[in-house]
Amino acid sequence: MGILEVKDVGKRFGGLQALGDVNLSVQENTCHAIIGPNGAGKSTLLNCLVGKLIPDTGSVMFDGNSVLGRSPHEINQMGISRVFQTPEIFGDLSVMENMMIPLFARRDGSYRLHAIESVSTEKELITRAEEMLEEVHMLDKRGMHSASMSRGDKRRLEMAMCLIQSPKLLLLDEPTAGMARADTNNTIDLLKKIKEERDITIAIIEHDMHVVFSLADRITVLAQGTPLVEDTPENIKGHPKVREAYLGETQQV
Amino acid sequence: MLGLGKKDTSLLLVVVALTMLAPFILNPFPSDSAMAQFNAGYPDLMQRFVIFGIFAIGFNILFGLTGYLSFGHAAFLGVGSYSAVWMFKLLSMNILPAIILSVIIAGLFSLIIGWVSLRRTGIYFSILTLAFAQMSFALAYSVLTPLTNGETGLQVNLDDPRVLGVSATADGSIPVTNLFGLEMRAAYDMAVGPWTFTFSAGYYVCALVMIAAFYLSIRIFRSPFGMMLRAIKSNQTRMNYTGLNPKPYTLAAFVISGMYAGLAGGLMASMDPLAGAERMQWTASGEVVLMTILGGVGTLIGPVLGAGLIKYFENIFSKINDTVLHSWFAFLPDGIEDFFVSIIHPFVGKGWHLTLGLMFMLVVTFLPGGLVEGGQRIAKAFRKKEDDKPKSPSTEPAE
Repeated sequence: MGILEVKDVGKRFGGLQALGDVNLSVQENTCHAIIGPNGAGKSTLLNCLVGKLIPDTGSVMFDGNSVLGRSPHEINQMGISRVFQTPEIFGDLSVMENMMIPLFARRDGSYRLHAIESVSTEKELITRAEEMLEEVHMLDKRGMHSASMSRGDKRRLEMAMCLIQSPKLLLLDEPTAGMARADTNNTIDLLKKIKEERDITIAIIEHDMHVVFSLADRITVLAQGTPLVEDTPENIKGHPKVREAYLGETQQV
Repeated sequence: MLGLGKKDTSLLLVVVALTMLAPFILNPFPSDSAMAQFNAGYPDLMQRFVIFGIFAIGFNILFGLTGYLSFGHAAFLGVGSYSAVWMFKLLSMNILPAIILSVIIAGLFSLIIGWVSLRRTGIYFSILTLAFAQMSFALAYSVLTPLTNGETGLQVNLDDPRVLGVSATADGSIPVTNLFGLEMRAAYDMAVGPWTFTFSAGYYVCALVMIAAFYLSIRIFRSPFGMMLRAIKSNQTRMNYTGLNPKPYTLAAFVISGMYAGLAGGLMASMDPLAGAERMQWTASGEVVLMTILGGVGTLIGPVLGAGLIKYFENIFSKINDTVLHSWFAFLPDGIEDFFVSIIHPFVGKGWHLTLGLMFMLVVTFLPGGLVEGGQRIAKAFRKKEDDKPKSPSTEPAE
C-alpha cells in the first residue's frame, strides 16, 4: 500500500475524456515520475491530487485518508506540498517573509487570528527559516523583494517554502520547464540532495527525460488519459509502448 | 518600546507629537491677519481630521494589506453614528458606552456584509460592497425611519429617557455629551500675542483615541496576521497551497476595518450628537478611498495624512472666494488682477473639488505610493546631498 493511492480516477471536460481509469500507487520515500506527451492528462491528474479539480469517478487516498472534496489548503495540511510549473511565491514580500508564512501555516493551522505580537518575536521560527535558506544557498538574499529575483532563485525559494513544511509528499509540476541547462542541473542536484537527506516522497511531472532518469525510482507513462506502463527507469527506456506514445507521430510521417 | 521596533516607535512618537500639538501647528497665522483663514486649528475641524484619520487607518487595514477595495465603508461609519446617538437617547450622554456600542454594532454589521461580499474578489467585491452601502443608505433614509428618523436625521431630544442620566438639564436644555463629566464642547482659549490657540476637550479625546487606533494598526501591520493579509494581496494561489485559508483572514480584516469605521462614526456622533443618512452615501465611501490612495496605500501614516489633506481642502480651500482673491492680487493693475482672479476662480471656493481632483491625478500618476512616497523621495534626495558633501572636497581637482 503506497502513501498515495489513485484508483480508477476519471475526469471529463465536456466531450473530452481527460483522464480515464487512472490507477497509480506511489510508495513511501520514493521518487515517482509521471511522464507523457502533451495532452496526456498529467496536469489534470496533478490537479485532482491537490484539490483543484474533483475527479468524476474513482478515489484518491493519501496516507489512508481520502482527499476528494477537500480544498487545497486542507490537503496541504494533510502533508502534500506542491511546486508549480511557473513559481508561485509571494512576490510582494521579502524572501524571509516568504519562508515565515509556511512555518506559521504548519504551526498555527489554516487560520489563526494572531494580530498583536510582532513577527520579529518568533525567534524559533526565524531560526528555522534561516537554516532552510542556508540549505538552498539563499541566506544572503533574505531581505530581497522576492519578485525581483531570477526565475531560478524563485524556483529554489518555492522549493524551500514547500520543504520547510516537512511535507510527506512533494508534488513537482515540471520543475525545470523553461530553464537553462545549468539551472536544470542545479535543480536536479537540489532534488537529489533533498531525496537523500529527508524522509520524503516525491511525485514529479516532467517533460525533460534527463531530469526524469536522474531522479525517478519508478516511472508511470501516461498517454491519452490512461497509464500505458509503470516500471523502473531502466525498463521504461526501451519499452516499445513508450516509444510508440512518444514517437508514434514521427513514424507515420 | 511598547512592543514596537525602533522605526515604528519614532513614527508613533511623531504622530503623538503632531496630534497633541495640533492646536499650535494648525494655527500658524495671527488671528487678525489676512492669512488667518488658512488656520485650521479650530476644534470642529481638528476633530474631523482625527476622526477621518481613524476611518482611513481602518480602511487601510483592509485595502492596504489585502488589496480588497471596499466601496461601502461609509455604511459602517453611519451605523456607528446611529448606534451612538441611540445610546445618548436611551442610556446617558456619556460617550464611552456610546462608542463601545458603535464599535460592536459596526463590527456585527460588517461581519454580515463582509461574509456575503467576500465570496467574490476584485471588481465584483467592490460592487457588492457598494450595493450594500447604498441599500443601507436607502434603509436609513426612508425605510427604517422609526430607527433613523429618515432625512431629518437622528437627534437627541428633551423627552428622551436617558435612564442613567437626565432627560433635560436643570435649565431645561438638552444635556451635552461628556466623558464622565468632562464636556466634549469644553474649550480653553489661549492668547499668545496676536495668536489664539484653542484647546478643546473633544479634540483631545478624539486625538487620544486616534493614537490608540494608530498604535493598534502598527501592531496589526507587524503581526503574523498582517503578514498573512499581505500574502493574500500578493498570491492567493500560493496561500491556498501553503495550507492557509484566505477567507477567514480577509473576513477578519474586513470586520476590523468595519469596527474602525464604527469607532469613527461613534466619535463623530459624540462630538455632535446627531446622525444622518448622508453619512452612509457612496460619496462618503469614495472619500475614504481617496484619502487612503492620496496618503499612500498600505503605509502606516499615509491614510492619516490623506485624511488631513482632504479635510483641509474641504474646509479651508472652499472658503476662498472672489473677494479674497481680489485682495491677494490687489497689487496688480486692474485688468491683470481680474484676469488672474478669473483664472484661479474655478479652482477655489466651490470649485475646490477641481483642485483636489487635479492633485489626485498628479499623485496617482507621479507618486503611486502617495504622499508617503513623496516624502520618502524628498528624504532620499536630501540624504544623497549629504552623502555627496563630505566627498566633494576630495573629488575637486587640486589647484
